[in-house]
Amino acid sequence: MTPIDFISDFLSACLRLSVPLAFAALGGLISERSGVLNIGLEGMILTGAFAGAATAIALDQVWPAVGVALVAGAMVGLLHAYLCVSLGVNQLVSGLAINLTAAGLTTYGARLLFETGTVALPAIAPLNIPGFQQLPIVGVFFQQDPLFYLLLLLLPLTTYALFHTHWGLSLRAVGNAPRAADTAGVSVSRVRYCSVIFCGGLCGLAGAYLTLVHVGFFTENMSAGKGFIALAALIFGRWHPVATTLACLLFGTTEALQLRIQAYGLDIPYQLLAMLPYLTALAALAGLAGKATPPAALGIPYTKEKQ
Amino acid sequence: MSPPVNPPERKLQQNPSRSLTYRLMHQSKTALRAAYPPMLAVLAALLVGAMLMLVAGASPIAAYSALFRQALTTYFGFADTLAKTTPLLLASLGVLVALRAGQFNLGAEGQLYMGGLGSLLVGLALPGWPVWIHLPLALLGGFGFGAAWGAIAGYLKVARGLNEVLTTLLLNYVAQYLISYFVNGPLKAENAPSPFSELVAVSARLPTILPKTQAHAGIFLGLAIAILLTVAFAITPWGYRVDAVGQNPIAARYAGISTNRTILSVMAISGGLAGLAGSSEVLGLKRRLFENFSPGYGFDALAIALLSRGNPAAVILTSFFFGAIRSGASVMQRNASVPVSIIYAIQGLIVLFVAISLTLDTQSRVSLFSAKSTKEQQT
Repeated sequence: MTPIDFISDFLSACLRLSVPLAFAALGGLISERSGVLNIGLEGMILTGAFAGAATAIALDQVWPAVGVALVAGAMVGLLHAYLCVSLGVNQLVSGLAINLTAAGLTTYGARLLFETGTVALPAIAPLNIPGFQQLPIVGVFFQQDPLFYLLLLLLPLTTYALFHTHWGLSLRAVGNAPRAADTAGVSVSRVRYCSVIFCGGLCGLAGAYLTLVHVGFFTENMSAGKGFIALAALIFGRWHPVATTLACLLFGTTEALQLRIQAYGLDIPYQLLAMLPYLTALAALAGLAGKATPPAALGIPYTKEKQ
Repeated sequence: MSPPVNPPERKLQQNPSRSLTYRLMHQSKTALRAAYPPMLAVLAALLVGAMLMLVAGASPIAAYSALFRQALTTYFGFADTLAKTTPLLLASLGVLVALRAGQFNLGAEGQLYMGGLGSLLVGLALPGWPVWIHLPLALLGGFGFGAAWGAIAGYLKVARGLNEVLTTLLLNYVAQYLISYFVNGPLKAENAPSPFSELVAVSARLPTILPKTQAHAGIFLGLAIAILLTVAFAITPWGYRVDAVGQNPIAARYAGISTNRTILSVMAISGGLAGLAGSSEVLGLKRRLFENFSPGYGFDALAIALLSRGNPAAVILTSFFFGAIRSGASVMQRNASVPVSIIYAIQGLIVLFVAISLTLDTQSRVSLFSAKSTKEQQT
């Protein structure tokens, strides 16, 4: 293996491992910018992964599976929104309930549906962009799957929408000063519903990416804390889409690195390597210069009557 | 001259002296009234669970009756229920202590693992010591390791303003890999066919309480701590401070309570109690340290603490209920062909319905689980 091959191979692994994190983190960003704390990313990813896998097996087609994963994630988002926005449930408890329920239901569902053991799923084929894919090293950016390109598209779109459109202004206003936004005629609950559902959809995509692109099958609790690492990335990236995505890339790279070291069979116990992504996330949070300032109304239910 | 202002400390001491029996009775009355919504939540979860069983083509009545008959009416099943109640009870009491101060300790799972490690180290280290020194020391080792693990999250919250939910969750993964490293490497027993440690010394073992079963004396430790906590929350200044910080941190600070020190102490004690859950598994049940020895007790603990609404006495009953579900699950799978994993779905649903039930009465919404309290500590 030439050094160039090695570098492109490693880079490709970094990208693959960062994509699900980035989808989930961007979703979480939209939700938290609107003032709804979302610990439930993990459960939403898991739901998307399960729904995607189940559909892919039933239909033997990938794109409907991606669609179903998206919708399934969005439905969980709707549940979270209903609990947090309409009922005013503590947002932490709601997110936790979603994580536990999703873990339980998907494990049960997997036992019922995938009894025959590990089923290989149809995979999403990479979409090579002619002319660019042969380039050394940077070529790996042009031989990824369509979901990766969707993420690349989504990143500038959300950044622009968040900071330069009326819609983004409403979203940030609702997250920072819901009373003021309400007075200005913005429906706080509608904005929050939309953003949490959107968040769920993106997490569903993250799950679909895990089962259909990255791993190729569904296993119990396969999200393995990705939702929590995405949340760490979100805080580390200070609720800014670009910084958050870069943080996801950092955590994805750590994961790729530890897998690579394991593959080389160096004399380091794999457990010490496997904990690296979580340690990196903790270290990133702990070493964060200055306190991160979350949206002012994050975690507080909004009620119109309470003046 | 202005009239002398009563320092808040004095009020704290006066309040408890107002008849302990009165306070305990008052507490139990509110506890009874508070018990309806959680019971409804459990019923709803069992009902949805029944529907899930129907989807799988099994009979819910056969499944539930197999489960509870095994867990409650057979000798070995009941002993197993007690064995499973023990770690659940200890870990839930840990989560509960944090919850009373408005802290969500989701790291009970990791703290439990670290506690198991601490107890194992002490249990291996001092062979031949008398039981009455060795066993308490081994338990203390578990408490200490768990407390240290919990204190990390407490420190990050107090010093760096990091939400304890995220840090405790991430620390779980680190702890689990750490234990896995130890039992595969430095602590692996000689010629062990799979990753586990040597047996702890006889003098460090929690005795079996029902002959020929796995039920061990750890359950008494759990019960004692539940009583201790009930009293501590009812009459001690520490309990008062914890509740004050949990219900209104800003007011607590004005009353002269150091929220930071309270949060730190609460996270350490919370971690320590979860650590004792690990100790009881190592010293009472397995007598060794195994890889991945907890089937998610730390996460059940959160469901139990929420379901019990921060009441230590209610935790005893709720842990027993969760222990029974876990104990009867495998017989349910055998007799009614419902996968064991249905119980994880039911437990998740219980938390979901508890979350909804909390909005049914406003009293709990403004105190224990109010969204406001979690927010205001960050400022």
